[in-house]
Amino acid sequence: MLSNLGQLLRYRGLIQTLVARELKARYRGSVLGVFWSFVNPLLLLLVYNFVFTTVMPRGEIVDLEPYAVFLFCGLLPWTWFSSSLSDGANVLIMNGNLIKKVMFPAEILPIVAVISNMFHFLFGLPILAGFLIYYAVPVRLAELVWFPFVVAVQFILTLGFAMVLSALTVHFRDIKDLLANLLTLWFFATPIIYPMSFLSDRGKAIMDLNPFAHLAISYQEILFYDGPFGHWKWLLALAAAGLVLFLFGYALFDRLRDSFAEEV
Amino acid sequence: MTTPAIDIDRVTKIYRRHGHSRQFATLKSALLTGSLVAQLRPEESFSALTDVSLQVPRGVSYGVIGSNGSGKSTLLKLVAGITKPTRGAVTVDGRVSALIELGAGFHPEISGRENVFINGIMLGLTRREITRRFDEIVEFAELEEFIDAPVKTYSSGMYMRLGFAVAVHVDPDILLVDEVLAVGDEGFSLKCLDKFAEFKRRGKTILLVTHGLSMVERFCDEAVWLESGECKTSGDPKRVVQMYLADVEQLEDELLAAADAKAQASVQADDAGETADEDAAAPMPESEPEVPPEEAADDPVPAEQTPPPPEGEHAEVDEESGLVNMFTANEGRWGSGAVRIEEVTLEGDRGAGHVFHTGDRMTIRMKIRAVQPVQDFAFGISIFSSDGVCCFGTNTDIEELESASLRGSGEVEFVIERLDLVEGTYKLDVAAHKRDGFSYDYHRLLYTFRVKSRTKDVGIYRPRHVWRFTDNVRFKATSAPTAASDGADAVADVASD
Repeated sequence: MLSNLGQLLRYRGLIQTLVARELKARYRGSVLGVFWSFVNPLLLLLVYNFVFTTVMPRGEIVDLEPYAVFLFCGLLPWTWFSSSLSDGANVLIMNGNLIKKVMFPAEILPIVAVISNMFHFLFGLPILAGFLIYYAVPVRLAELVWFPFVVAVQFILTLGFAMVLSALTVHFRDIKDLLANLLTLWFFATPIIYPMSFLSDRGKAIMDLNPFAHLAISYQEILFYDGPFGHWKWLLALAAAGLVLFLFGYALFDRLRDSFAEEV
Repeated sequence: MTTPAIDIDRVTKIYRRHGHSRQFATLKSALLTGSLVAQLRPEESFSALTDVSLQVPRGVSYGVIGSNGSGKSTLLKLVAGITKPTRGAVTVDGRVSALIELGAGFHPEISGRENVFINGIMLGLTRREITRRFDEIVEFAELEEFIDAPVKTYSSGMYMRLGFAVAVHVDPDILLVDEVLAVGDEGFSLKCLDKFAEFKRRGKTILLVTHGLSMVERFCDEAVWLESGECKTSGDPKRVVQMYLADVEQLEDELLAAADAKAQASVQADDAGETADEDAAAPMPESEPEVPPEEAADDPVPAEQTPPPPEGEHAEVDEESGLVNMFTANEGRWGSGAVRIEEVTLEGDRGAGHVFHTGDRMTIRMKIRAVQPVQDFAFGISIFSSDGVCCFGTNTDIEELESASLRGSGEVEFVIERLDLVEGTYKLDVAAHKRDGFSYDYHRLLYTFRVKSRTKDVGIYRPRHVWRFTDNVRFKATSAPTAASDGADAVADVASD
C-alpha cells in the first residue's frame, strides 16, 4: 500500500491534466465560462443572505454583523466539501470506461474530484476578500497564517471521505442517494448559518463530534471574529483524524481496487 | 534466449456471478445483517479462463480466436493489467498499448486537440512526446479540419479514428488489439493494417483478438484457440483456424439437428391426433382420390407442387411463381399414412450430418414402411433455399419410374453426386405419395442442412466451371486461393491453359 501511495507522486502530471480538463469542461459552452466559479458562490450567498436577513430575521443575536461575511466564511468551504463528496461518490462509476478498458490508476479519480472542487473554492476566495474589505472586517495577520493550514486540513479530510465513498459506492449504489440527503442534514447540523453560541451546552458537546464544525469555526475565528484564534487545538486534533481517515480510505480503496473493473 | 514479451503462466480468472440476492443487496441490508464484508465476497463464481498458459515471444504477432464468451477479451484485459488473475501470473515485458476501447477517456466537451494530450498522458506519454507526435497523430486520424472542435461533435468514425491514432502513436513495445479493425471506412482500415504491418516490421509484439479468421491466417505468426476459457490448441495459425472451423461446423451441425428434431417432434404431436384418420384412410387405398384421375394422369406433379393438403394450412404456395415462402409456410407433415417415411438422414462424405461443403456428395436416405402393400406410389424430394426459392424438386414419377409394388419396410436413397449449391441454409421436403399427388406421407420443410463454401459466390447454383484465358491475360499466382478451396480442378485448368 505504501508503495502505491508513493506512486501518487508519479501521477501528478496526470492529476494536473485531469483537473485542468474538469475545470475546462465544467463551464464549456456557457457564456460566463470560468466566471461561474465566482458567480456561483456569490449567488448562493445572496440566496442565504436574503433568507436569513429578510425572510427570517435573526432577531436578538447581534454579534453577527455583517451576516453576509459570517455566512460566507462557512458556506464557501462547505461547498467545496459537499461537492467533493458527492462528486467523489460518483466518480468511479462515471469514468467506468477508463477503469474497465484502460490501465488506469483509479485512485486518481477521487483525488481529481477533490482538487477540482478545491479550485472552485480558491476562485471564491477573492470574493470573500472583497467582502472583508467592503465591510472593513479587521483581520489579523497572526491569525491569517493559520488559514492555509485550515485549508490543508480540510483537503486531507475531504480526500479521506472521498476515497471511502468512491470505493464503497461502486459496490453499493445506494450511497449516492443517501449521501445527497445526508449532506443536507450535515449542512444544517454545522454552525454555518448560525453561530456556535446559538447552541446549548449539550448541543455544543454534540457539535464537537462533527468534524466539519471545527473547520467552519476555524474559518470563522480567523476571518470573522475578533480576538485570537483559540480553536487551534481542535484543528490539530482534526488534522490527525483527517490523516488517519485518509490512510484508512486509501487502504480500503486499495483493498477493493481489483473489484472495480468488474463491478463498475 | 530472451524472455518472452508476454508470459501467461497457468492463469485462471474467476468472475463472480451475481446471484439474485446479490443484485438487490443494499448498504442497508449489508449493515443490518452485518455482512458488509461477506457481501463483497463472490457467492457464485464463473471461470472465464481456466489454467491457460501461453508465451508470446518478442516480435511475434499472435492471434487469439474463439467463439463469443470464450475468454478472449478477458485474456487481453489480463495482459493489459486492467484486471488481475485469480490464480497464476501474467508477466509483460515492455510498454503496452491496448486498443480495447478506442477513445476511452475522451471528454466530449473539450476539443480533439486537448483530448489527444489528455489521452496520450493517460496512455503514458509525456507532454513533450505528444507535442512532437501531434501532427502525425492528427494526420493519421484525418482530422486536420476538426481537431479544434469539441469531441462531442465528432461522428463515431472520427471518434474511433482519433482514439486509434493516439493509441498507435504511443509507440508501444506490445500492442493489444481487440476487434477494432471495423474502424472507419475501407481506406482507414487499410491504413490500420499498414500500421500493424509496420509494427510487425519493427519487431513489435502484437496480440490480436479477432473473429476475422482470414486476418489471423494472413497476418499472425502464431495463434491460439480458446474455448470456454480453455486453451484448445495453439501454434501455426492455419492449423489452428482449420481446427476451429471444423469445430464450428460440428456445433452448427448439432444446432441444426436439434432444430430439426424439435420441428419433427412438434409435428409428431400433431400426428398423434391424426392416427384415427389414418386408420380411416387405410382401408380405402383404392378409393377415389380427390383429384380426378384423368387430370392427374396428364399432370404428374413433383413433390413441391403437390396440391395443398386437406387441411390447407400447412403451406402457402404462390400459384404463379411456384414459390413457397419459408416464413409463411409452416413445417408440417400430412398424408394418409398408408406409406410412412419413418426416418430421414442426410449423409455426406464424412457420415451423417447437417453441414456440407459445396461439391460434396450428399445422400438423402429415407426409411419407409408400407402399412399394407401398395401399387401406386412415388417418392419425391425438393430443396428450398432459406428465402423460399425451390432450388430443385423431383420425384420418381416425373423421372418416369413406374411403381410396381411396395410392401413392408425398406429404404430409399437419393444420391446427389455433387452438391453444387452456393453457401447457405437449405430446407428439404420429402414425400411419399400416389402418382397423382395424393399424399401418403408428406414432410414439409422438416429437414435442414447447411452448405458451406470458402468461395463467396452468389446465387443458388454453383456449376462446375473453369476460366480460360489467352496468353496475354495473366493473373498473379497468389490470386488462386479463392478458387482453390472447392474447385482444385478449375485452378489446374487455368494454369495449364
